[in-house]
Amino acid sequence: MATTGSGAMEPAGGPPRRLQATNPRYGEKVIQGLLALCGILSVLTTTAIVISLIGPTIGFFQIVPVGDFLFGIDWTPQFEPPSFGVLAIVAGTLNVALWGMLFAVPVGLGSAIYLSEYATPRVRKTVKPVLEILAGIPTVAIGLFAASFILPEIIQRFWPGDFLGGVDKPFMALAAGLAVGLMVVPIIASISEDAMSAVPSGLREGAYAMGATKAKVATRVVLPAALSGIAASIVLAISRAVGETMIVLLAAGSTPNFTFLPNEAVQTMTAYIGVTATGDISTGSVDYESVFAVGSVLFVMTLAMNLVSIRLVRKYREVYE
Amino acid sequence: MTGPAGIPNERTRLAVAGARATVAASLKEQPRRDVVLNATFAGLLLLAVLLALAGLVALLAQAFVTGAPALGVDLVTNVPSTLHPENAGFRPAIIGSLELIAGVILFVVPIGIGAAIYLEEYADKTRWWNRAIEVNIQNLAAVPSIIYGILGLAFIVRGPLDLGFILAAGSLTLALLVLPVVVIAAREAIRAVPDSIRQGSLALGATQWQTIRAQVLPAAISGIATGVILAVSRALGEAAPLLLVGATVFVTFDPTPFSGDGYSALPVQIFQYATRPQEDFQTVAAAGVIVMLAVLLAMNSFAIWLRNRYEQRW
Amino acid sequence: MTSSKWLMIVASVAVLAFGVTACGGSGDESTGGGSDLSGTIRIDGSSTVAPLSEAVAEQFQAENPDVKVTVGTSGTGGGFEKFCAGETAISDASREIESDEVSTCKKDGIEFEQVRVATDALTVMINNENPVSCLTVDQLGAVWGANSKISNWSEIPGLEEETDEDLALFGPGTDSGTFDYFTEAINGEEGVTRKDYNNVGEDDNATVTGVEGSPGGMGYAGFSYYTENEGKLKALEVDNGEGCVAPSVEAAQDESYAPLSRPLFIYPSGSALEKPEVKAFINYYLDNVNSVAELVGFIPLTEEQLEESKSAAAKAGA
Repeated sequence: MATTGSGAMEPAGGPPRRLQATNPRYGEKVIQGLLALCGILSVLTTTAIVISLIGPTIGFFQIVPVGDFLFGIDWTPQFEPPSFGVLAIVAGTLNVALWGMLFAVPVGLGSAIYLSEYATPRVRKTVKPVLEILAGIPTVAIGLFAASFILPEIIQRFWPGDFLGGVDKPFMALAAGLAVGLMVVPIIASISEDAMSAVPSGLREGAYAMGATKAKVATRVVLPAALSGIAASIVLAISRAVGETMIVLLAAGSTPNFTFLPNEAVQTMTAYIGVTATGDISTGSVDYESVFAVGSVLFVMTLAMNLVSIRLVRKYREVYE
Repeated sequence: MTGPAGIPNERTRLAVAGARATVAASLKEQPRRDVVLNATFAGLLLLAVLLALAGLVALLAQAFVTGAPALGVDLVTNVPSTLHPENAGFRPAIIGSLELIAGVILFVVPIGIGAAIYLEEYADKTRWWNRAIEVNIQNLAAVPSIIYGILGLAFIVRGPLDLGFILAAGSLTLALLVLPVVVIAAREAIRAVPDSIRQGSLALGATQWQTIRAQVLPAAISGIATGVILAVSRALGEAAPLLLVGATVFVTFDPTPFSGDGYSALPVQIFQYATRPQEDFQTVAAAGVIVMLAVLLAMNSFAIWLRNRYEQRW
Repeated sequence: MTSSKWLMIVASVAVLAFGVTACGGSGDESTGGGSDLSGTIRIDGSSTVAPLSEAVAEQFQAENPDVKVTVGTSGTGGGFEKFCAGETAISDASREIESDEVSTCKKDGIEFEQVRVATDALTVMINNENPVSCLTVDQLGAVWGANSKISNWSEIPGLEEETDEDLALFGPGTDSGTFDYFTEAINGEEGVTRKDYNNVGEDDNATVTGVEGSPGGMGYAGFSYYTENEGKLKALEVDNGEGCVAPSVEAAQDESYAPLSRPLFIYPSGSALEKPEVKAFINYYLDNVNSVAELVGFIPLTEEQLEESKSAAAKAGA
């Protein structure tokens, strides 16, 4: 076979031939192609999601005016006459997410600061796996917990009497909200803790040297330095909370209700999709298409939040790594 | 002592406070205010951690207390029953879940690792399409699971693939859901392998694929395996997408992957039991939660053991 | 361990799992009965009728272990869609088949018969403390109508009893056949209802707990939900113009409890009935339906109604 490809016998005046294998391994190219295919599958998935949502959504908007959909507050697609104001279920989603974040941000952030600045390595070794366990609990179990414990034992026991109308209801945004909050605590805690650990100890030590107390160092030095990572974790947590289905199916109810009160039953976008798509709908009807329209709204919302979160993470990683 | 505009700035203030504190400390005096604030702050932080732990403990305890009466071998060998809720079991659901995750593994391992290898070893990161793939995967990892259910309903069960409401369709849907998790974990594992290993292999004349196959992958295997196990645990616990692709039929026989007779899965069955009126069903649902948590705990412990045992330190 | 070894292990575990379950799973439930019937029977439709079909299927499968019966709950309408597309053998329905569904079935060549299997008495439940015992259909319409603004029991027109409790309404969601039937019977058209009631979705149990916990509570659900919780709640008597009638087995069977007693049906298809296992199943269903109906909380058929159903089934081919 031919030997090296060095230009030992090339015609004078031409460019030197590059060193290259004379026995190109086609197998390598095939493998590279296969692997690229695997990577492309991810793009295909996104494309498939967008396509599967777009068609019926367009069909939906041929029947229901976009303005009615985006700005109406009455979501009763199966009543006679039907009403398609998506804000009712968007409000339900945000209602649940709100109470969830009111619980998760202090608890998650507090845990993160504790783990990062205060805890001994031994404590950290015990607490971190526990948080990981919390992150791995299936949402149907958390939903059951919300309905059978949070609602009766916590809310109904500690709610002040008839405040805002009382809590004698089987479903409540607050019950689902607290459960969703518990679910996303690990997200906030672990990403925030990562961000805080990435803050160079030099900054801390400088502050201590100037006589600052531990609390001051944590809040005035570390927290601001890790701020974009913490913000990313919160945005990611909100995104998870917005996308949660099983907990709200079991604890929040099926009444589309444009309210932000915690003691009302509400229906979230995800619950609507879950209930309607498994129930009595005929393909091609407006009800069926409404599932996709709501899905589109949900997809766009979470996509926007994720892009924000990715950008924030990139910012904090850039600064210190 | 002042900043450019003649106003004391933050750094100066901090320095002054520090100096004061140093002096006070040297006089063995710690300002009362600081002590109290410090203690309160630390206390609040501890409260936060305890709340999180308490939530977890309450959840587990509540599931145990409610579900304990139904625990027993019958729970995993009996079939669901409308007539006798006290005898209802999870057998078809457990078998369905096992088959589902078997399918998930078959799909996700080659494709996930393949995508990760491509992105880390072959892709030119300056090309826009490779960056697009990266951003894509990160976004897909955070899309709500019910949207994957919609994807499954529109594309896999009906639409182009038109598989119908069979278990294989549910498996494929779940696989797409957890694929990003595997890709991200595999990428981290591959990225952690030092370049010197690759360079050494190439210097000895190996091709790129030979390097990957014989050097990089074995070194990254524990991280990859951990990622796969985490993804599979996620798939095991997901009910929302399965609701849309047909796992809601009441089945009393063992499901099979390709028959259209219907199938069930553990989290979906728990959900179905939980929404039935009879109190016995509530007990069974809680017991199902215990079973599921036990399986997940076993899987995650295995992952942690794997990671500790085979972790490579560079 | 090398990566290829790991991949082999994972792959073989997965294949093993598939193989074991696919081959070893079926035919595992051997109980008594030397039956040689085999096959699959697909049932889908109303989630109200589903428990009845499930219970019958359970008993049938115990005696015929090689027959697989699956019961889906896509709703009465969704069930008919699948039925008329030939995907199911039997459709559960909590209402009669509608004319457009009939034409779809005809178009696709699906023949069927309507077989009544039980009666349900939709019960309006109120709190034990409530002094009211009877409401007319018009009064119920006033409370539940689409534009109703009634928020207190004292605002109900023509109410005799003195009561000042705030209304707390509970009812099922729009996917429920119960919802369809109640709105049509009380408000004149399916889907017409006031919007501000506590919507419990499919979980009728939540109606029970809701009404039990609110002094001014009122909710509607199937008869079984009342009988299971008798003592915790009161059942409202309904006056359809001929006096107050309480929901009960007799009142539902002789249809004096009106308009809220509704028949429940199954629709077997002619082509499915050509299969011996389906034939056996339908006959078994009708032979056992009355005992099972009571277990599940429905009202059994009268002798006459049962005879009618049997002859309808025979006409279809059973």
